[in-house]
Amino acid sequence: MTLRLDVIWKEWLQFALGLGNTVWLCAVSMLLSLLLGVLFVVPLMSRRRAVRAVARTAVDSGRCIPFLLLTYLVYYALPSLGLSLDKWTAALITLVIYNTAYMAEILRSAWVHLPPGQTEAGRAFGYTGIRLFRRIILPQVLIAVGPVVGNQLIQLIKDSAFLSIITLPELTYAANSVQSFYFVPFESFLVATLLYWGLCGGVEYLVQRGERLAAMVRRGHGH
Amino acid sequence: MATDPVPAVELRGLVKQFGGHEVLVSIDLAVMPGETVCIVGPSGSGKSTLLRCINWLERPDRGSVFLHGVRVGYRRSDGGNVLMSDPELAMLRTRVGMVFQHFNLWPHMTALGNVIESPIHVLGRPRGEAVAEGERLLEKVGLADKRDVYPAFLSGGQMQRVAIARALAMRPEVLLFDEATSALDPELVGEVLAVMKDLAREGRTMIVVTHEMKFAREAASRVVFLDNGRIVEIAPAEVFFEKPASERARQFLERYR
Ligand SMILES: Nc1ncnc2c1ncn2[C@@H]1O[C@H](COP(=O)(O)OP(=O)(O)OP(=O)(O)O)[C@@H](O)[C@H]1O
Ligand SMILES: [Mg+2]
Repeated sequence: MTLRLDVIWKEWLQFALGLGNTVWLCAVSMLLSLLLGVLFVVPLMSRRRAVRAVARTAVDSGRCIPFLLLTYLVYYALPSLGLSLDKWTAALITLVIYNTAYMAEILRSAWVHLPPGQTEAGRAFGYTGIRLFRRIILPQVLIAVGPVVGNQLIQLIKDSAFLSIITLPELTYAANSVQSFYFVPFESFLVATLLYWGLCGGVEYLVQRGERLAAMVRRGHGH
Repeated sequence: MATDPVPAVELRGLVKQFGGHEVLVSIDLAVMPGETVCIVGPSGSGKSTLLRCINWLERPDRGSVFLHGVRVGYRRSDGGNVLMSDPELAMLRTRVGMVFQHFNLWPHMTALGNVIESPIHVLGRPRGEAVAEGERLLEKVGLADKRDVYPAFLSGGQMQRVAIARALAMRPEVLLFDEATSALDPELVGEVLAVMKDLAREGRTMIVVTHEMKFAREAASRVVFLDNGRIVEIAPAEVFFEKPASERARQFLERYR
């Protein structure tokens, strides 16, 4: 058997576009999710039980639905409720919903595990409510979650392959269309796999940088 | 004209319980401006709780706290006393500086960042003014060169001195220290105690929970001996250490000989 890498080379643009789409969809939805996660984590940590319960239900609903099924729901089921989305919007919304649920939970867990002393010092120095959250709690939480967010991003990149089911031209879709056109499944999927590995390697590098920052903050907690 | 001086901090009939257990039984204490009062007592006697009740980090169950005659936690309104809102309480807390056993510096800010944080963002002081004062305070605690260093890269003693500068930056009416040297390696205790002694000598009003009897003897105007949530003894430092009135205090002091 000879590898038909010439075909892959000829179709490099498809792979490049697929990779590009995977990257920007995941990057944008990760940023949006992080932002929404920050908004969600406040009610998740509310002192009021009812507020907590509502937020918790919302987060768990997002977390406990398979990504593929959520994609079907957003792209195929919403139109029957009169809401048709183009596949790009549907893809982005699916990624954001799914990922926000995880982000909120990740942020909550990091918040709960902060040593209480820094927050207490915040209170003692006149911080309360949203200012306490914004100036004292949130920065520590964001630094602490860096590595976990990186791992979640790797998860998201892999899950985004399911978007090929709605013919969204991300990396897996590109690989699949090249292989089915030229009958080169091995070459095509191998190249896609290598590209995913490279992508995750890049994220992994950032994770390690983030881990160093998080370790610094942990040391600064003074225990 | 001689008027009755108003205590910087006054506690009247303070009671605090945790789950039905009375941790502070009924505390009466007046600390005059310029005084350094050391609170000593066995572990679990309620020293930390007492400090935390002063700025209402812990809300007392009964009794009252006054800062220069202003009641903490309640506001007078036409009907009587109403509970302060969170922002009101927060503003009142800025009048009390607090130094913690584990420093509790904010690790995402540099030494100077920690010192100027609350003056800028809570008190609303202009940034330039806060920075100038912050630099002066870091110099005062001997850490001018650590201005841009993050807490992670400071020793325990340095962290605690930054924490003291942070408290001073609020220009507080009273400083509370909760075992400020207990978490430090023995060789780092001295540098922090030296700063605290300077502050006492300057005539700052300080309430200091400590196990450092030598410090209490040298720096305190009065010593409060707390046992089982009660003030068993209040006496000038030399009296307390030379001739403690109670048997409990004698036993307690034995352990430090
Ligand atoms: N948040 C809390 N919930 C329940 N019990 C508490 C709480 N804080 C303190 N206590 C209890 O109150 C008592 C007094 O505690 P406190 O920390 O004030 O003592 P302390 O004199 O500072 O002791 P130490 O010298 O060990 O610091 C202890 O029995 C403690 O277990
Ligand atoms: Mg204590």
